[in-house]
Amino acid sequence: MSTETQDQAAQAKNDLFAHAKAPVNQQLTAEQKIKLYTDMVRIRKFEQAALQSYQKGKMGGFLHLYIGQEATAVGTISLMDDNDHIITAYRDHGHALAVGMTMNECMAELFGKFTGCSKGKGGSMHFFAPDKRYWGGHGIVGGQTPLGLGIAFALKYKGLKGCCLTYLGDGAINQGPFHESLNLASLWDIPVVYIIENNRYSMGTSQTRSSAHPEEGLAARAEAYNMEWDKVDGSNLYEIRAKTAVAMERARNESRPMLLEIDTYRYYGHSIADANHKKYRTKEEIEDYQNNKDPISVFQQILIQEGVLDEEQVKEIDSTAKEEAKASIEFADNSPFPPAQELLTDVYWATDNPGQHNNQGRMFFNDRLPWDDEYQA
Amino acid sequence: MAVITYRQAIKDALAEEITRDENVFVMGEEVAQYNGAYKVTEGLWTRFGDKRLVDAPISEAGFIGLAIGSAMMGLRPVVEMMFFSFVYVAWDQAVNNASSVRYMSGGQINVPLVIRGPANGGTNVGATHSHTPENLVANFPGLKVVCPATPADAKGLMKSAIRDNDPVFVMESTVLYGEEGEVPDDEDFIIPLGKADVKRKGKDLSIIAHGRSVLMALQAAEELKEKHNIDAEVVDLRSIRPLDEETIIESVKKTGRALLVEENKPYSGVGAQISHLIQRRCFDYLDAPVHRLSAVDAPAFYSPPVEKVQLPEAPLIIRETLDMLNVKR
Repeated sequence: MSTETQDQAAQAKNDLFAHAKAPVNQQLTAEQKIKLYTDMVRIRKFEQAALQSYQKGKMGGFLHLYIGQEATAVGTISLMDDNDHIITAYRDHGHALAVGMTMNECMAELFGKFTGCSKGKGGSMHFFAPDKRYWGGHGIVGGQTPLGLGIAFALKYKGLKGCCLTYLGDGAINQGPFHESLNLASLWDIPVVYIIENNRYSMGTSQTRSSAHPEEGLAARAEAYNMEWDKVDGSNLYEIRAKTAVAMERARNESRPMLLEIDTYRYYGHSIADANHKKYRTKEEIEDYQNNKDPISVFQQILIQEGVLDEEQVKEIDSTAKEEAKASIEFADNSPFPPAQELLTDVYWATDNPGQHNNQGRMFFNDRLPWDDEYQA
Repeated sequence: MAVITYRQAIKDALAEEITRDENVFVMGEEVAQYNGAYKVTEGLWTRFGDKRLVDAPISEAGFIGLAIGSAMMGLRPVVEMMFFSFVYVAWDQAVNNASSVRYMSGGQINVPLVIRGPANGGTNVGATHSHTPENLVANFPGLKVVCPATPADAKGLMKSAIRDNDPVFVMESTVLYGEEGEVPDDEDFIIPLGKADVKRKGKDLSIIAHGRSVLMALQAAEELKEKHNIDAEVVDLRSIRPLDEETIIESVKKTGRALLVEENKPYSGVGAQISHLIQRRCFDYLDAPVHRLSAVDAPAFYSPPVEKVQLPEAPLIIRETLDMLNVKR
C-alpha cells in the first residue's frame, strides 16, 4: 500500500467510527448492535419479497420501496422512549418494521388482506400501529407534517416528556403546511423532531430542479424559523443515532424542535411504477451508493471490525430474515380478503360503537348496497 | 330558561365543555387575546388562560393539521375558522386527513375534532369570504356537519360536537350571532347529532331548510298563514350529516309537498340530496314536484342590494310556495 492509500484507508476508518463514541452508541451492547443490524436486513428482505409479489400481481396500487434508506428508520427509531412517537409519509414499510410491527401484518396489508395492519383498508402507503406509537403511513406529500406537530403538541399539553419524530422526503420541503409547521413548532416550543430523508429525488425531479436552499443544505432553511438543524450521513447508523439523539434530547428536555436532514438514497424508483428511474439518474450514481454507501454494508463492516459480528452470523441473519419474509408471503397469501361489508366499518366511531353515543339519523347514503339481499335474490 | 344570543349560546357551550373536560381547548386566529373576531370567545381567555384558548398565527393548514394530530392523541380541539371560507387553504388537512385516518388505520384511531365558525353569505364581503361548504363537507364519509339556526340549537349541537368522537364541522352564521332565543340553563343540555326539528307544524306543504334559511322559512310561513291561509310546516334539518331522514319523510307524507330552501348554491347542494330522498321514499305521496330555492348560482356578489337578491329571503319563499300551490299572487 502506498502512503497515500494508507492515509485514505485510515481516513475511511475514522469516518466509519467517527460517531462510535457518542454516548448512545457507546452504551450499546453487542446484542443490541446485532439487533440494529438485523432490523435493517429484515426491512430489506421484506421489501425484496414484497417487490417479487408485486411483480407477480399479488397487490394493487403503489409500492414505494425503502431499500437503501434502512439505517434512517432503524437508527432513529431505536432511540425511542415510552413517550416518543413517530409519524411518516408513504415510504413507510421500514418505519413500521422498525417500531416492531410484524412482517405478517405488513405483508398482509400489501396484499389487501383482512389480517393486514389496517384490515386491508390502507395499503402500502397507510400502515398504522398506534399501540406502538406509530401514527402512519400518510399518502399526501407533506400532509403528515402538521399531524406530527399535533402529536408533539399533545405531549406537551399533557405534561409528558417525549417527542414526535416526524419524517418527510426532500420533495415535501416545499409544501406550505411543512413551513407552517416549522413556524408553529418554533413559535410554540413544540417537541417535534423533523427528519428530512433526503434521497435526492422527488419522484423524477432532482433536488437541484425543485428546491432553492442555502449552500449548507435543505435543513438550513430551519434558520429562518430560529430552529436548530443538522445534517446527517444516512449511510452510517452510528452517526444517525448520535445526531438524532441530540435532537430528541433537546425536544424532551427543552421542548425545542429541530430539523435534521439525513442524506440517503433509494435504489429503486419513486415507486415500482416509476419506469424512468434509470433515466433521470445515472447507473453510475446508483452503483456508487450501492457499492460504497450502502447502510447495511457499512454497519456490517463496522460490526465486523468491532468483532461483534462475523461472516457466519451475517449469513445466518440474512437467511433468517429471508425465511421470515417468505413466511409472511405465505401468511398473506393464505389470509382472507376483507368482506365487502367492511366498506362501512371504521368510517365513524359512532357507527362502530352503537349505544355509546347520542347520534341519530342516517350516516351512509346509498339507496341500496351491493350485498343487500334484494340484489342477491 | 334564559333568553340569550346565538353568540352567547356558543360561548356558553365552549366554556362549559372547557370546564367539564381538561382535554378541550379552543384554537384559532384572534380567539384568545383579541376576544374573537366575532366575539364568540369573548372573555374566555381571561377566564381559562393560554393553555385552553390558543391564539394561532394565520396558517390554517398548520393549525388544523396540528389539531388533528392532537385529537389522534386524545385531546379535543375546537378550531375556530374566522370565516369558514378559510378552510379551503387547509382542505387537505380538514377533509383528507380528518376524514380518512380512522378508516385507513382500520379503526385504530379516532379524531374527536371540532371545526367551527361562520359559514354564510349576505354580509357584503365578496365571493372569497361568503362560502357555505356544508354540502362539500357532507360529501366526505368520516366527517359530520351541523348548521344550527337558533341559540338553543347552537348550544346543544356545539356541546354534542365537542363530546363526539368523530370530526364534526359546526357551521354558524355571522348574521345569526345577534339573534336571541330561549336556551335551557342545564349544563347537560345537548342536542343529538342527526336529529331534525319541526320548528312549525303545518299541513299544506313542508318547507325544509337549514341555517339562516330556517328563519326565513318561519317568517314566510307566518305571512303565508296570515295573508293566504296556507299552513306551512317548517322542518329544520339542524344536522346535514348524519341526516334525520325520517322526520323529513314523515312531514312530506303528511303534506304532500316539499319546498327545499338553503343559502348554498344549487348544484349538488344539500337540497339535491333531500330531493332525491323525497322522490325515492315519498313518490306516491307527492302532489307536486319538489321545489328548491338556493342562492343564485354565481359567486357571492359584493354590492349589498344585489347580494340580498342572491340569497333566498322570505318574499321569495312566499312566491315559490304560492306557485307550488297554484295560488294567484
